[in-house]
Amino acid sequence: MTGLGPDTGPAQTTVLTTAGGESLPPSLAVSGTAVPPAPAGAVTGTVWRRFTLRRPLAALIIQRLALSVALLFAVSLMIFGGVEALPGDFATTYLGQSGTPQAVENIRKDLGLDKPVTERYFSWLGGAVQGDFGTSWASRNSVSEQIGKRLGNSLFLAFFAALISVPLAVALGMLAVQYRNRLPDKIINVVSLAAISLPEFFIGYLLILFFAVQLGIATFPATVYDSMGLGERLSAIALPVATLVMVVLAHMMRMTRAAILNVMSSAYVETAELKGLGAFRIIARHAAPNAVAPVINVIALNLAYLVVGVVVVEVVFVYPGMGQYMVDAVTVRDMPVVQACGLIFAAFYIFLNMAADILAILANPRLRHPR
Amino acid sequence: MSDYKNYLADQVRMGKMNRRDFMGRALAAGVALSSASTLFATSAAAQEPKRGGHLKLGLEGGSATDSIDPAKATSQVMFLAVRTWGDTLVETHPTTRAPLPALAESWSPSPDATVWTFKIRKGVQFHDGKEMTTDDVVATLKRHSDEKAESGALGVMKSITSVENKDGDLVVTLASGNADLPQIFTDYHLVIQPNGGTDNPTAAIGTGAYKLASFDAGVRMTFEKNPNDWRSDRGYVDSIEVINMNDATARIAALSSGQVHFINRVDPKTVSLLTRAPNVQLLTTSGGGHYVFIMHCDTAPFDNADLRMALKYAIDREEMVTRILGGYGKVGNDFPINDTYALFPEGIEQRTYDADKAAFHFKKSGHSGPVLLRTSEVAFPGAVDASVLFQESAKKAGIEIEIKREPGDGYWSNVWNVQPFSASYWGSRATQDQFYSGAYLSTADWNDTRFKRPEFDKLLISARAELDEAKRKDMYRQMAMMVRDDGGTILPMFNDFVNASSKAVKGYVSDIGNDMSNGYVATRVWLDA
Repeated sequence: MTGLGPDTGPAQTTVLTTAGGESLPPSLAVSGTAVPPAPAGAVTGTVWRRFTLRRPLAALIIQRLALSVALLFAVSLMIFGGVEALPGDFATTYLGQSGTPQAVENIRKDLGLDKPVTERYFSWLGGAVQGDFGTSWASRNSVSEQIGKRLGNSLFLAFFAALISVPLAVALGMLAVQYRNRLPDKIINVVSLAAISLPEFFIGYLLILFFAVQLGIATFPATVYDSMGLGERLSAIALPVATLVMVVLAHMMRMTRAAILNVMSSAYVETAELKGLGAFRIIARHAAPNAVAPVINVIALNLAYLVVGVVVVEVVFVYPGMGQYMVDAVTVRDMPVVQACGLIFAAFYIFLNMAADILAILANPRLRHPR
Repeated sequence: MSDYKNYLADQVRMGKMNRRDFMGRALAAGVALSSASTLFATSAAAQEPKRGGHLKLGLEGGSATDSIDPAKATSQVMFLAVRTWGDTLVETHPTTRAPLPALAESWSPSPDATVWTFKIRKGVQFHDGKEMTTDDVVATLKRHSDEKAESGALGVMKSITSVENKDGDLVVTLASGNADLPQIFTDYHLVIQPNGGTDNPTAAIGTGAYKLASFDAGVRMTFEKNPNDWRSDRGYVDSIEVINMNDATARIAALSSGQVHFINRVDPKTVSLLTRAPNVQLLTTSGGGHYVFIMHCDTAPFDNADLRMALKYAIDREEMVTRILGGYGKVGNDFPINDTYALFPEGIEQRTYDADKAAFHFKKSGHSGPVLLRTSEVAFPGAVDASVLFQESAKKAGIEIEIKREPGDGYWSNVWNVQPFSASYWGSRATQDQFYSGAYLSTADWNDTRFKRPEFDKLLISARAELDEAKRKDMYRQMAMMVRDDGGTILPMFNDFVNASSKAVKGYVSDIGNDMSNGYVATRVWLDA
């Protein structure tokens, strides 16, 4: 494996810098209204058009699925290329200073690193399509099995963070609109801006300092393992969940507020006001359904972030999730693991974006027929 | 034993050790040496080891890619794990590095040190209940010296030509004489496994004080006491839990909140903060690891001996130790051996910062313009700061050093051992011979200074086979002088191993062999609640 490219390949940037949600590459940030053109073809074209008219929702889902598969394929190429372009290869990196040239050569041959790139790519892709991600080069364990465990941990953490943050964010956002430009709105704004301005490791350290070191009431580290009961697990993840809630809350809350305010200035809301409806009723019945699309998109991005982008929180709290797993693998160029993690992360983004689009359309039928 | 007491007394006389350390070490050695030693048992009756309890360690240096196979154990956490569940043939003395019997009871070399006979201990059981035999030892050594193997110990095993079981004794034949063979067998990769571990390399079955109970790479592992341990002077706690904590702040928080008993890799910058916690004690040990700036002796402009000398005089070692190591280390003298090694060549003049001499040699070298130094934080902790300090002190001598900061990722494959002038780190080895053979012999795998001197090689190989200690010591002195005055290594400092523990942890042995009490911390300490 020689002839290596620059330090950071495109795939690496795709996977590792999706931290805030905003920095998502355009190729993945599919928005609700940008429906791609239907597959071309003379006969299938008309059949497809009729199907689109009759069942717009089903057609949309099919299109999205097809697009997702294409995207995943593209991502797999980028990931493979990116890892390939990383300087240094597995054998030298893994053995480090303790390895001799002979041992390095042995490992390379053993893993088939001497084979051409294209051959390795397609044999990997073939396995991945069947759900077999191969074995880790470093630990020689099954990648699928390992990922199953780690992904479970990540989802567990993300689930509880979402369970608290999503309703809280939406409620606070609506509250802020209700009292806009008055004291509650200002407090919510200032606090959420402060929370979003602090880096997540800093929030994490502060929580650890107060609740674990000084008060001694919280569990730290948040390491979870197989033989742990649910109660123990919940107490272990209390601090990381609190950190994540603070990190994602502001983003969703502010988007909710902005989207509703945007709708509030439109003509039909004015009409509702003139009809003499109560403020809360206007927000809930008239403004919210029209504001739901951008809010759902932001929620989806933040949910994806909770699964994919929480490496820092995992490291600070010593939590065995996917992020840490992937970073460890990148460090030693353990390709099967890096690629599998990358694909799964991409799949999460694509799935959540798709779900966001579909939900937005369900909530607001006007989006079903884009002009 | 009297040698050791003299050694301790010497340390006290030289002002290197206060009374408290002296007592600590004496006690520690009693634990590590033999249970038969009544001397220490009586003098330290108040500190009788306690049994029982659950020991929790928060360690840096593990990863999801770790393998439990000892041949592939490379990380700090796996080093400790292997030491906890397995035993090697030979162990090293914690303060002198002298070889001590472990699974090998005794050994004797042939007069030219090429054929070695080891008596293997009888009646030792593996964790699965099977008795350990000489055949298991032979199989283990064969596995690690196999050219096709992917063992981390392959480098030190290369000189072995045959390993045999002769009437229950282990007979090892070498290509050329090596007086240090017993020390080679202290390498942690070489733990003895049933049938050499070839049947199931990841079963983690050994003869150690603890059995591996669960293993989750990069996350956590647990150990249970081995009820059939062949030694009674170790394995005091009932169970051990190792949690992988790669974040320095997380380790400190876990220790100061009492969630773990022991942490490794304490950053010198945070030591003062950490020791403010009432229940925390600092455990430092001087070792043979060192931070270096390496120059390729065969690449311009570093192929010029005067330029190399100029740079060696242009570095302020004292300042480096104070500012980069926070005082937890010792100044280096441009050769990779310090007084933690047996047969250390004493009395070599300490090189110090001298701007005039540096300027003189720089002018004599005929070189002009800046010298490019590549550095990165992964070379050693504080490497970038150290490079800037070097740049400043060299500037005063009229030498311009240009610093290029390299990405940490890929540093070891793209910069170290590739570029002519870079920052780097070396851990210590069991013997001087191992170190020089691995990094200074012309044909060494990791000759990262391109130091190729036939007279040095000749000296090294004859010293290796020399069984007369006085003669050997003299040879090592000559070799040290060659490296110091002609080599490509600028060696400003040897770093200490800095660990910390709760005060409930007793019996910690400051073992100069390696970090974390040479990996034995979990089997040597006990908990006093």
